[in-house]
Formats: sequence, C-alpha cells, structure tokens
Amino acid sequence: MTDENVDSGRRRLLTIATTGVGLAGAAGMAVPFAGSLLPSEKAKAAGAPVEVDISKLEPGQQLTVEWRGKPVWIIRRTQEALDLLGGMADRLVDPDSEGDQQPGYAQNPYRSIRDDILVLVGICTHLGCSPKYHPEIGGVSFDDDWKGGFLCACHGSKFDLAGRVFVGVPAPTNLEVPRHRYLNDSRILIGEDEEAA
Amino acid sequence: MKIRFLLLLVACLYPATVPAAGGSGADLDHYEYTVKDIHSLQNGARLFVNYCLSCHSAQYMRYNRMASDLEIPEDLVQESMIFDDTKIGEPMTATLTREDGEEWFGVAPPDLSLIGKLRDPEWLYTYLRSFYIDDTTASGWNNTVFPNVAMPHVLWTLQGIQKPVYATEVDDRGHESRHVTGFELIREGSMSPEEFDHAMEDLTNFLYYMGEPARMVRIGWGMWTMLFLALFGVLAWFLKKEYWRDVH
Amino acid sequence: MKALIEWVDARFPLVNVAREHLTEYYAPKNFNFWYFFGSLALLVLVLQIVTGILLAMNYKPDADLAFASVEYIMRDVWGGWFVRYMHSTGASLFFVVIYLHMFRGLLYGSYRSPRELIWIIGMVIYLAMMATAFFGYLLPWGQMSYWGAQVIVNLFETLPVIGGPLSEWIRGDYVISDITLNRFYAFHYLVPFILAGLVFAHIVALHKVGSNNPDGIEIKKGPKGNRWSETAPKDGIPFHPYYSVKDLLGTVVFMAVFLGIVFFIPEMFGYFIEQPNYEPANPLKTPEHIAPVWYFTPYYAILRAIPSFAGTQVWGVLAMFVSIVLFFLLPWLDRSPVKSIRYKGPTTRLALALFVVTFLVLGWLGTQAPTTNLTIMSQFFTLVYMLFFLLFPCFSSAGQPLPLLAKGLLALSILTVVATIVYWWALWSGGPAAVYKIGYTVLSVLVLFLLGIRPLLRAEPVKPVPERLTK
Repeated sequence: MTDENVDSGRRRLLTIATTGVGLAGAAGMAVPFAGSLLPSEKAKAAGAPVEVDISKLEPGQQLTVEWRGKPVWIIRRTQEALDLLGGMADRLVDPDSEGDQQPGYAQNPYRSIRDDILVLVGICTHLGCSPKYHPEIGGVSFDDDWKGGFLCACHGSKFDLAGRVFVGVPAPTNLEVPRHRYLNDSRILIGEDEEAA
Repeated sequence: MKIRFLLLLVACLYPATVPAAGGSGADLDHYEYTVKDIHSLQNGARLFVNYCLSCHSAQYMRYNRMASDLEIPEDLVQESMIFDDTKIGEPMTATLTREDGEEWFGVAPPDLSLIGKLRDPEWLYTYLRSFYIDDTTASGWNNTVFPNVAMPHVLWTLQGIQKPVYATEVDDRGHESRHVTGFELIREGSMSPEEFDHAMEDLTNFLYYMGEPARMVRIGWGMWTMLFLALFGVLAWFLKKEYWRDVH
Repeated sequence: MKALIEWVDARFPLVNVAREHLTEYYAPKNFNFWYFFGSLALLVLVLQIVTGILLAMNYKPDADLAFASVEYIMRDVWGGWFVRYMHSTGASLFFVVIYLHMFRGLLYGSYRSPRELIWIIGMVIYLAMMATAFFGYLLPWGQMSYWGAQVIVNLFETLPVIGGPLSEWIRGDYVISDITLNRFYAFHYLVPFILAGLVFAHIVALHKVGSNNPDGIEIKKGPKGNRWSETAPKDGIPFHPYYSVKDLLGTVVFMAVFLGIVFFIPEMFGYFIEQPNYEPANPLKTPEHIAPVWYFTPYYAILRAIPSFAGTQVWGVLAMFVSIVLFFLLPWLDRSPVKSIRYKGPTTRLALALFVVTFLVLGWLGTQAPTTNLTIMSQFFTLVYMLFFLLFPCFSSAGQPLPLLAKGLLALSILTVVATIVYWWALWSGGPAAVYKIGYTVLSVLVLFLLGIRPLLRAEPVKPVPERLTK
C-alpha cells in the first residue's frame, strides 16, 4: 500500500490507451448519430435531377424551374445580348469566371454550354434573395448604362446576362451555374452532368 | 445472488410467446431464410414486381435502395422492373388503388413493406404455397395458413392448381371434424413443385429483406463493434487492475 | 489552462464540485457487482435523451404520419435504424438496469436511515420512467402502441365518479386518437428532463449522506485516516480514479450487451419491440393478444388478478397502485437491527428470494393470455407480493417487540389471506379444479406462517456486524 509499488509508466500508458480507445468508441457512436442529420433518401429523391423542355423558349425569354427547392433560371439570350457581354469586363469583379461558381464546361465567356442558353441558380450570392431578370437595354432606374442582366432588389446587387457580378455591389461572387447537360437539342437535365451520369 | 441475477436475465431473454396476429394453428414449413444470397433476393424481387406489385404497394421501399442493396444496376431496374413513369428514387406503389382493391377483394390489399417483420418468414413461405381451390369462397381460393383469405392465388400459373386432401377426425365427445392434411396437384403449372418451392423461398427472402433493409448491414456493423468492445474491455480491465492495486 | 480554471473557479465552484463528487468523494471500498447499475442507469438516461432528440428531428406526431415517419427513420435516414434501435433497446435496458439497481437496495438495505429520501426520490424516478415509457410506446402508432395505450388509459375509467371524465381528459378525445398522440409526444419529450432533475437530486442526496455498501456499515462513523486524507473514512477510497475506472469496465461490458441486442436481436424475440407493432394502428381491429411491454407486465398481472366485485373493477387498479406505493414505505417497514442481507436472518433471505421469484413469475403471467389456472396463479403471487411488504416488519424484527402499526399490518395480512381463500373456495364459481385450490391455499397459509407468524414465535437470529468492511 505504498506509492513505491505503483508503476507510474504502466499506469500512464494504460490511461492514455484506454482514453484513446474510449474516445474512438464515442466518436464511432457519434458517426451514425451525426449522420442521421444528413439529407435522407427522401430528400435525395426530391432533389433528383430535373428535366426541362426548352423547345418553346423564345429568345430573351426566361424559364424558372425548381431544383432542390431552389429556383433555376433558363434563359435563351438574344444575339445582341451575347454581343454586349464581351464589353463588360471593366465593370465586373470576375469577368473570366475564375471563381469556383460554375462547372468547368461553363467557364467560358458566356458561362454556358450552348452560347445562347444560360442556366443559373437564381439565388443572389450575397444573402440568398432571388434577383429579378431585367433584359432591357439602355438607361434604367438603377443603372444609367444597363446592358441587360439581373438586379437583386434586397440589397441592390447587379449581375450581367452571364450571371457575372458587378463591381461595387454587396454580392461577392458570380451567380452559380448548376451542373447540367443536354439530353438532346430541346431537353436539359438540371443537376447532373456527363461526368456524374 | 448470482443465481437470482441469472433468473432475472432468463426472464428478460425468455423466448417470445406473443403469437403472430391472424395466425392459425397450421404447421409451418421450414427453410433456411437468408438475406445473404443475392441471387435469391434478385429473383425474389423480380417475382415481387411482376406478381405482387400490381395490387400490393411497398410504400416504404424505394427502387434505388433495392437496386443498390440487391446489386442490380439502376438502369436495369428502371427498364425491367418499373412499368410506369415512377422514378428510381421513388417508393414502390401498386397500380391498383385502395378504393378499387376494397371493391374487388372486400379489403384493400395491405402494404407489403413490413410484411417480413409482421410475419415470420416461415409463415410467409408456407402461406404462399398453401393456396387451394375452394368453391365456397368469393375468390374461389382458400388457404390453410390464412383461412378465408381475400387474396386469390395469384401464382397459380406457376404452381398449378391444388386440391385439398382431407382427414376426418373424431374427438372424444364423438364430434367429427374435417381438416386439410395435404394437397393434390390437379393441374400442373409452368413450374415443377421443386421449382415453385425454390421460387417461393426467393420471394420470401425478398420480403424478409424488405421488412428491414438495414438487416443487410446491421450484422456486419455489429461484428466490428463487438471486436472493438473486446479490445476496449481488455484495456479497461488492465487499467482497473492497475489502479486497484492501491486498494488491495 | 491553469489560468482559465482559476478564472472559472473565482466565479463558479468548479474545482470544489469535482473534488466533492469525484476525487474527494470517499466511497466504501467494497462495492461489488451490484454497484455498477447506478452509473449505468445514468449512462442509459443520457443515451436515451441523445437518441430521443435525434429521433424527434425526423418523427412526426400525427396519426396519419407517425407510423410512416418511423419507417422513414428506419429506411431513409442514414443511420436512422441504429438511432431507433438504440432508443427502443435503451428503453428496455433502462428498466433492466433500474430493476437490478432497486434489487441492490433491497439486498443491502440501502433505503434504511439515513437514506430514506434517496430511496423515495429513486422511486419517483422509477414512476417518471414508467410514465415516459408509457407515453413513448404510443408514438410508433402501431397496433400494440394503440391498443396498449387504450387499455392503460381505460384503467382510469374504472375510478368511481371521476373515472370517465378523467380518462377523456387524459386522451383529449373519446378514444386514443391523433389528439392523444400529439400530447403524449409532448409529455414524452418533457418528462425525461424532469427525470434528469430528479436524478440530480438523487445524487446530491446520496453524496450528502455517503454510499451504503454490501456490509451495510456506515464508513463515515468508522475510524478516520487513509492514504489520501487524514480526515476521510479509513474504509473509503476516492471515487475517482478507483470507481471511475471500475465503472468504465462495467460500462464496456454493458455496452457489449446493449449493442449486441441493437445489432443482432433488436426486437428481443418480441419483448422489446412487439411484432403486431409493425402494423399501423387500426382502431377497428384489436390484435389477438394484447400484452404490455415486459417491464409493465408484473403490475399488469396484479391488475388482472383481482376480480371485479361490488359492481366495479377499480380493485385491480387499486391493487396495482398499492403494489407500487408499497415500495415507498420500505424504509419504515424494515425493522431489522442490521442493514445488509449478509447479516440478516434466514427468513429475510427466504422472503427476498420469494419476492424476486414472485416478481418474475408475475412478469411472465402478465405476458400470457389469461386462463383459469393462470388467473389463480396470478392471484396467489399477487398475495405473496403484498405479504412480502406487509409482513416485512415481522420477519425483520429479529425479536424486537412489534409496534402497533406492524401488528396492524400482520392482522391485515391474515385477513387478506383468509379473504383470498374464501374467494377461491366459496365465491369463485367456475374456478379452477380443487387440486389447484388446495395447492394454493396450502401455499398461502405457508407463506403467511413463515414470513409473519414464525418470526414472532422464534426470534430471527441476526449475525453480528463487524466494525470494519469485510473486504
């Protein structure tokens, strides 16, 4: 019953080993506990890719569909609008789409697979309002030299017709281009691309 | 003291005496039910979607869950197991509506997602094989395991048609009672009796799986957990021994 | 780190609390197997609350959605089946652990002065657990959930005058319905937190008076001074690290049993999850056989054992409540000069063994469909259950004169036995065969004689209690 009998090294080692294994066990049990908060199969099924028919979409017209509970815009841009996009660079934060806001196949001047068809998640990158589509060209109430684009009414963020954010507005990054692919000329599948198909 | 503790444990572990609802006294046939035989489950799933799903839903079972658990490619499921525009992520719903079911059979065909939990596999296996022709019932069929069941014998094209063999018994008070002791095949089906039994094993395995898809991983998780706890237990034992040297 | 602790300590007695309850809480050094179950009960409570909250995030307390939401948890939620089985298994194991914990109290007289209040708080915890379990069992909205709740709420209906309105008040409806489910869910979520508060009080009270032990010796009254402290009891050791490492070992073994059930036999052959509960509640169709979950069945057997007479069936309900209330009185029923079974006389040992057997047999009877022979068996064991408590002052008195109350209880016991026998022979038409009646009559009289009368005729020998702990 004296302290000399105590092998403190062995005691220390056992304490550390048991604590470690115990913590590992607790962590192991926490995995299914925390995992139960992940999107469930129901949520995944509800968030499955959405197929959209774009054959009736006129030039300049906007179509909004719901994907994973978010608005996704599909816009057929006019040739005039496309031509204007090239001259926007000095007013934009990220004209070359270097930020991680689109899949690789949409990292191009028009931020789209097909030049005319723009697919965007319609959620402002500032605080999550849904911006409004303003296709008009010329002086508008919120901009003297508007070339068409999107205005977020919540905090005044502005984006051009490729979803690129303007300099000097609250939103920090370009609008997100969701993963999507063309099933044929007139059908788009939102939420799935060639790589994941 | 130890004995009393054991008694208490035995009481907790005493096998179930809760009989299955709607059960009858018929003897059940046994077979080795399993969720390990993937081919059996696949064949069971095929039989289920072809013969059961038109009337019975499996509203808690998603097609894609079945596809991944049973190792069937999703496009194959979409192509050959889904007969309407249901998506792969959606649950299995019957073509027949509840209302039509009630009108046709008197009762709506029950959902089968949980039938493998509600009934023992051996009950299901015996039930599926125990339909016989009976002109006194509305459907023209009867069943020894589930007397006067509303469901007709959907699988008769496979099994053929069975006629019951009766035995008459006289009890000590002189009352005569007649009960079914076996079946006689009066018209052959597309399967031999052995083939049909195997098919029903597969179907029952599938129903058993569908009752609790987690069964596929549960045992495996359990094994790893037990291994881990064994290691933890050894460490904890040495730790306790080490500290308690102070006391002893 | 040291500075942080000092900062906190100036504002909150952190170090003090740790000392008082862990490193300088001196527990008797001779705790045995039975002393694991207190900390295990705490562990299960925590697990139940954690898994319960996780389940609440996916469960829907709505009669149309509840059943489906449980299946949603079992299938669509990742790891949901594990959380759910943890919760359903935990509910049953909570009762296993608490029954063993209570049995420990009976063995070593842990309810005796100065621990009466600990025992009473503990009994209130037990009642809160029963309430929680009862509320929770309705939530899956299966056939057993529904009909079990129906039967138990109808118990209140048997009370004279207030019965009908009371049971309607509990249900909020004329039958168990969506409304009932909704409020049961609210209660099921609430009561565990009250329970946790009671557990806190239970531990505070325990640490005030100190733990009992298998010898029933008060170590605080014994000699002082051990290797850790001059003033601490000589037979005490600090809870931490000695009992924390020991309880850790107990926890690992317990978790192996717990998770073994969760992974390999989650339904426990229909005892933890009953098979008819895989069918959604159907108010128009009663399952062939309704039995409560196993932890309620001893009381259910007592309830069914008492026949209705004088136009009411309230007697069974009363007997059931009495059988629980009697536990509260134990500290005053036990008159033995010693606490622990180790030093009590053979009659006390016999009585306790008989009680354990009785509790188990009643538990089994509660799962069975009633038949005449099983009913008389239930009546006999209900009688033994009551006699155990009513005669406790007699067989524990060890020759000391009985106070008036104890004499009254003895008279009551004799009366009860006589009334039971009269009922069997004269009043129960169509009862069991005479051989059963003779058998149970003889046994009843024998129990009455052994536990009540013989200890008065011949004083129970009590063994001398040693000065120090024996191990």
